[in-house]
Amino acid sequence: MNKFVIPLAVFAILLAFLFVGLSLNPREVPSPLVGKAAPAFQLAQLHKPDAAFSHKDMAGKVWLLNVWASWCVACREEHPVLVDLAKANVVPIVGLNYKDKPDEGRAWLKQFGDPYLLSVMDRDGRVGIDFGVYGVPETFLIDKQGVIRFKQIGPVTRDVVNKKILPLVRELEKQS
Amino acid sequence: MRLAALLAAAAVALAAPGFAKDAPPTERDPIEQARSVKLANELRCLVCQNQSIAESNAELAVDLRRQIDEQIGAGKSDREIVDFMVARYGDFVLYRPPLKATTLLLWGGPLLLLAIGTLVGWRVLRGRQAKTDERPLTDEERGEAERLLAAARANREGA
Amino acid sequence: MIPELGQFALILALLLAVVQGTFPLAGAARGVREWMALAKPAAQGQFVFVAIAFGCLVWSFLQDDFSVLNVATNSNTRLPTAYKVAASWGSHEGSLLLWVLMMATWTVAVSLFSRHLPNEMVARVLGVMGLVSVGFLLFMLLTSNPFDRLFPPAPEGRDLNPLLQDPGMVIHPPMLYMGYVGFSVAFAFAIAALLGGKLDATWARWSRPWTTAAWCFLTIGIALGSWWAYYELGWGGWWFWDPVENASFLPWLIGTALIHSLAVTEKRGSFKSWTVLLAISAFSLSLLGTFLVRSGVLTSVHAFATDPKRGVFILAFLSVVIGGSLALFAWRAPKVGLGGRFDALSRESALLANNVLLAVAAGSVLLGTLYPLFLDALNLGKISVGPPYFDAVFAPIMAPLVFLMGVGPIARWKKAEVPDLVARLKWALGAAIGAGLAVPFLAGKWTPMIAFGLALAFWVFAASFVSVKERIRNFRGGLAARMAAQPRSYWGMLIAHVGVGVFIVGVTVVKGYETERDLRMDVGDTVTVGAHTFRFDGVRDVVGPNYRGARGDVTVSRDGKVIETLHPEKRIYTAQQMPMTEAAIDTGLFGDIYVSLGEPVDGGAWSVRVYAKPFVTWIWGGCFLMALGGALAISDRRYRVTARRESAVSANQAA
Repeated sequence: MNKFVIPLAVFAILLAFLFVGLSLNPREVPSPLVGKAAPAFQLAQLHKPDAAFSHKDMAGKVWLLNVWASWCVACREEHPVLVDLAKANVVPIVGLNYKDKPDEGRAWLKQFGDPYLLSVMDRDGRVGIDFGVYGVPETFLIDKQGVIRFKQIGPVTRDVVNKKILPLVRELEKQS
Repeated sequence: MRLAALLAAAAVALAAPGFAKDAPPTERDPIEQARSVKLANELRCLVCQNQSIAESNAELAVDLRRQIDEQIGAGKSDREIVDFMVARYGDFVLYRPPLKATTLLLWGGPLLLLAIGTLVGWRVLRGRQAKTDERPLTDEERGEAERLLAAARANREGA
Repeated sequence: MIPELGQFALILALLLAVVQGTFPLAGAARGVREWMALAKPAAQGQFVFVAIAFGCLVWSFLQDDFSVLNVATNSNTRLPTAYKVAASWGSHEGSLLLWVLMMATWTVAVSLFSRHLPNEMVARVLGVMGLVSVGFLLFMLLTSNPFDRLFPPAPEGRDLNPLLQDPGMVIHPPMLYMGYVGFSVAFAFAIAALLGGKLDATWARWSRPWTTAAWCFLTIGIALGSWWAYYELGWGGWWFWDPVENASFLPWLIGTALIHSLAVTEKRGSFKSWTVLLAISAFSLSLLGTFLVRSGVLTSVHAFATDPKRGVFILAFLSVVIGGSLALFAWRAPKVGLGGRFDALSRESALLANNVLLAVAAGSVLLGTLYPLFLDALNLGKISVGPPYFDAVFAPIMAPLVFLMGVGPIARWKKAEVPDLVARLKWALGAAIGAGLAVPFLAGKWTPMIAFGLALAFWVFAASFVSVKERIRNFRGGLAARMAAQPRSYWGMLIAHVGVGVFIVGVTVVKGYETERDLRMDVGDTVTVGAHTFRFDGVRDVVGPNYRGARGDVTVSRDGKVIETLHPEKRIYTAQQMPMTEAAIDTGLFGDIYVSLGEPVDGGAWSVRVYAKPFVTWIWGGCFLMALGGALAISDRRYRVTARRESAVSANQAA
């Protein structure tokens, strides 16, 4: 083979990768927790600080864990979608109030609506770290055995609800 | 050359004595502190553009640094702490890419390139000695060369 | 009206670029003199119109014309004037216009300084540059028009990103782009040589000053970028192996290989096809860098707002330019032929090793930068490649190169012998090893890394000394006269190499000896870092032209005596509500002290970071020496003698 063709060949391969790269999102960090058991947690509730709530309370149910905060601007974007989803009563949503002041969290829910079965307070963010949270909002879909089946990074849109969450919920409900 | 080297050494020595002295000891054990800093330098800040969690002031970075410190205090090894982070955030959180099957080409690549480069260079050198365009000058070419050299000399002296 | 004028000027420039890119190339292929003669006027005309367009954009910024979308997005009435000008290249569209302006500048320079070149060569070189200009002008007019209007006009602009409101923004991008774009000249010369089928030492002689000039600008551009990040970002880092930094470093590495390879081709006629490949690669890497920054393919601090549609256009452009030139290379290079012979040990082989090492280094940096993309595209997971990888891989490749830097200038062309080299360099080697071993002890901390780094740097200094000593030995007269008798290209090389040594000293000492404290300070607290004691005296409110902030007072003393007060700031820029840290730095020849404010904590205290960074200025000092060396080399007599002889010749012809 003509050795002078090698640079062209190398460039062609590089070009192919760059072209594929245009359709990828380099900022999205997929979660290694999908397919693994959801981390254990036990936290005080936002509206009932004396009462605790733990992951065990949701065993046997398909449920969503939504990480939110009153200081989070993008959460306001997804909140109406969650409120509607809660009204449809298809899947319970538990809120994880992340690194927030309880007063401000409660006030925010009062102002924008409360789609949550209940919210727990993760004041120092430790539970968030266990869930691999790095940006708010994030949402996890957890099945009856307590295994994480889906993670949404960023706001939940109606598209995501209709195309990803609801179908998966239906499938998981069929499991025992 | 020795004098130059000695002068340079003196300059560094005069300027440097303070720079190398460590800050006064804090309440924290210096070995633990060193481990904490080293680990923080090996983990990427996920909410930043391109910083380690040691460099970043973002909240998540601060939280993760605290996490590291607590785990060091609890007696976890460096390996366990790194595994803790990777279990939650994936390989992406490693600032230094891991050595796995998928990264063999990454870590081995430079060595491979060096080997290829050296091989190619060597072959060029050896091939060079076998075939070249050289042959002795003919009388005509020699005369031409001398004419050109004389003209250049005159030009240089004149210009 | 002015923006429309600017847009119209761009369209005219495009038309002229099309003329410049087609007729001269066709004319050179067919021998039609009139077509070839179109090259210079078309190039000069294109420059005029591009300059007009650029002027129109800057004018719009200066006039706060918020009916222009670009101005509304990137400027503000309260933005200081210098930054209004800089804001014109602070966006994707504006920076493209800057690129096109630089392209037109280099093109017009080639058209003016090429009287001694044969007509077909000039026609081909300008033709190729014209084609590249067509690509960028088309890209701008079709997808990224800086003159797009906003209707209704915004009442106030969104302000330039506060991070960019700095003198660095005024000069770093222009320098960088002069470098990036400058490699298009070497590229054009290479393509012209391949098209014409004639590739010899004279071709290398013509290419060399252009290539070195571009390299100088790129060196300065990168050094400025590094310095700017250091004082701007607030945590004292100066190089992050960020994808966009790598995108500028790759052409620099290949450009360095190219200027060394051109030396061999010029002096000995060897490495011809390799030099052509390097010239194509250097500019290709510039284009690749443009793609990476603007397409969203990689994340970076520097990346412009991303848009895959633009990415597709640039990728298509890339494939045409790079693919086309590499195809041309594959077709024509085999006919180019070999040059003179040389031994396994000779200056040529040292330069061959230089090229191999630089190419391997560039390949490794490219590999690390693109690897996350490779894995993601193949669905093999997501990793990130951070500085630890690049540091581990880059330094070991560079170390032998620096060693050769001492040997190369001493070795003879064509044939050098080991015993001879050893005899001439053994004292230099001894001094280097001795210094490497001794100096860290004297400085208070010895590690293998510091010792090795210092030894390498001293090796460069010592070997350079040997080179000068030997070279002036055969001349008569006093020291000054003998040194003045050496050609400027020699001094250029020497100073550039010494610059590398200075750079290595800077990097080694900073990495080895820097100290940092990150702590909470109440008013009155002190901390000692290195030889200095810092006392935090609290924070005052300040108001700037387009920001408000908190200004800290930190009193610095040494040996008990107060030497100065530093004022680190934490600012919020009003338009974008964006917080920014302004570090306070005391810069000195032998190091910096660096203080930056973190966050306020309760009780009126603040978290403060204090750094001592010895010899950090040598990092950029070394880079500037390298650029100075390059500039000296370009001003060598042989390039000016030709000009003089030509004016004599043309004067004769006129008479």
